[in-house]
Amino acid sequence: MKILVCISHVPDTTSKINFAEGDTKFDTNGVQFVINPNDEFGLTRAMWFKEKQGASVDVVNVGGPETESTLRKALAIGADGAIRVNTPATDGFAVAKQLAKVVQDGSYDLVIAGRESIDYNGGMVPGMLAALIDANFVNNCIALEVDGNNATATREIDGGKETVSTSLTLVIGGQKGLVEESDLRIPNMRGIMMARKKPLNIVEPVDSNAETTSVKFEKPLPRGAVKLVSPDNLDELVSLLHNEAKVI
Amino acid sequence: MSVLVYTESEQGKFKKIALEVAAYAKAVASQMGTSVTAVTFNVTDATELGNYGVDKILNIVHPDGFNAKVYADIIKQAAEKEGVKVVVVSSSADSKYLAPLLAVGLNAGYASNVVEAPSSVAPFTVKRTAFTNKAFNLTEINTDIKIVGVSNNSYGLVEASGNASLEEFSPSIASSNVSVLSIDKATDKVSIADAEIVVSGGRGLKGPENWGMIEELASVLGAATACSKPVSDLGWRPHSEHVGQTGKPVASNLYIAIGISGAIQHLAGINASKVKVVINTDSEAPFFKAADYGVVGDAFDVVPRLIEKLKEFKAQNA
Repeated sequence: MKILVCISHVPDTTSKINFAEGDTKFDTNGVQFVINPNDEFGLTRAMWFKEKQGASVDVVNVGGPETESTLRKALAIGADGAIRVNTPATDGFAVAKQLAKVVQDGSYDLVIAGRESIDYNGGMVPGMLAALIDANFVNNCIALEVDGNNATATREIDGGKETVSTSLTLVIGGQKGLVEESDLRIPNMRGIMMARKKPLNIVEPVDSNAETTSVKFEKPLPRGAVKLVSPDNLDELVSLLHNEAKVI
Repeated sequence: MSVLVYTESEQGKFKKIALEVAAYAKAVASQMGTSVTAVTFNVTDATELGNYGVDKILNIVHPDGFNAKVYADIIKQAAEKEGVKVVVVSSSADSKYLAPLLAVGLNAGYASNVVEAPSSVAPFTVKRTAFTNKAFNLTEINTDIKIVGVSNNSYGLVEASGNASLEEFSPSIASSNVSVLSIDKATDKVSIADAEIVVSGGRGLKGPENWGMIEELASVLGAATACSKPVSDLGWRPHSEHVGQTGKPVASNLYIAIGISGAIQHLAGINASKVKVVINTDSEAPFFKAADYGVVGDAFDVVPRLIEKLKEFKAQNA
């Protein structure tokens, strides 16, 4: 089985978010970048496929040279090879189109992407990719087993979960549940050394067009100070929620 | 030319988010000077949508249940039949599943997590959340057909007077290689996605055995229960309750955080909630900076008494 794991290069979850150039660009100053958490669960699940069932695992990112450190981290965790499509990730469709080419060129059987990146939260790349290559697609995937050409996947639905049977070629939008937080791997020294020798291929992009344009960013308005209510006066809290906030 | 909206239902009845996206579609249609057509599945009485500005309803009887590929294809056929320029969907798990498939099918640009009516329809510009609610992004959709995914509970149930007419529509049914084996869904509990009120517990509750009061508080308020990431990582509560940046987003009217300190990732995930209440022993907990109302106190003392006060309130206001 040939597995491709799509890796987004995103600000660490603890990052303070600021903007530059008249609020049109994300300010990367002082920001630590990591593997998108939803992708990291998928990468770990892919490593299990490799170790238990025999599979090759490549990782891919669509982006500039600055994302290579994140791809190297994925190699250090255990991926066999990495691909960087050398073009900025302008919007979800443009990224999906680049990935479609990579999947077709590499004849991958299973593509594991995160359900969304934690920066733009578009949540559209996995589905668009599946539609472009006419593969089966399961979103919000929290469990995945593959047996030969058949797959069983569980997806989170509002208020529960749904288990489906499907087959390869399959694209999933993965998230926590594919593996647990405690299953995530921290690269060790041997992995980091080996990662240096693994291939990181830079491929040039195919023609594609962004369908959406980011115009500007805004930060939420600063909020007023918290209204403290004494624990001995919970009637006041009930009254505030009813009369002032009007939420009960 | 009209605006198409996908209105989701469950067991023959519209979900609340269906009415919200219908109202949103009406706002877009008004700006464009056009009408609203709804596409819906297996609804017993669809005319309720008229109250939210829908003019025409295509109610499809499709006994097989939700399948993203099949539904996306049917909505595509409806969009083509109506010659629409805008399709509106919600942020439910199902809508987020099918919207990217629909976007490719219609060659449409798609903006998800949109929180306001378009600021302009030419160019078509919407405000969406980004960086997991730490910021907003103004996005232009440049394609001829546009898809807008409305963030739950962001636009509200804005009513409009009108009459919706029903029209027969028999689309062709695509084949799909994804088939449902089983669905596991608690029918007696409010889901986080649908909830107006969410009661959430953190590590301050000390152990899973102490969740009785969280559930009781939720039950008094008709709320969904949720938890912080450490609580789900420790296995005290199921993953499906984990809210935050890598868990579920929450956009409720009221979010009550009990024994949750308020890590930046947690706050990001719940930031779209309108009113936040925190109950925590530590007055320095970061959550107090993000909350509207706070009680500095021990959850084991405060919560049972709050439950009693709310029961009295509910009895008086029943």
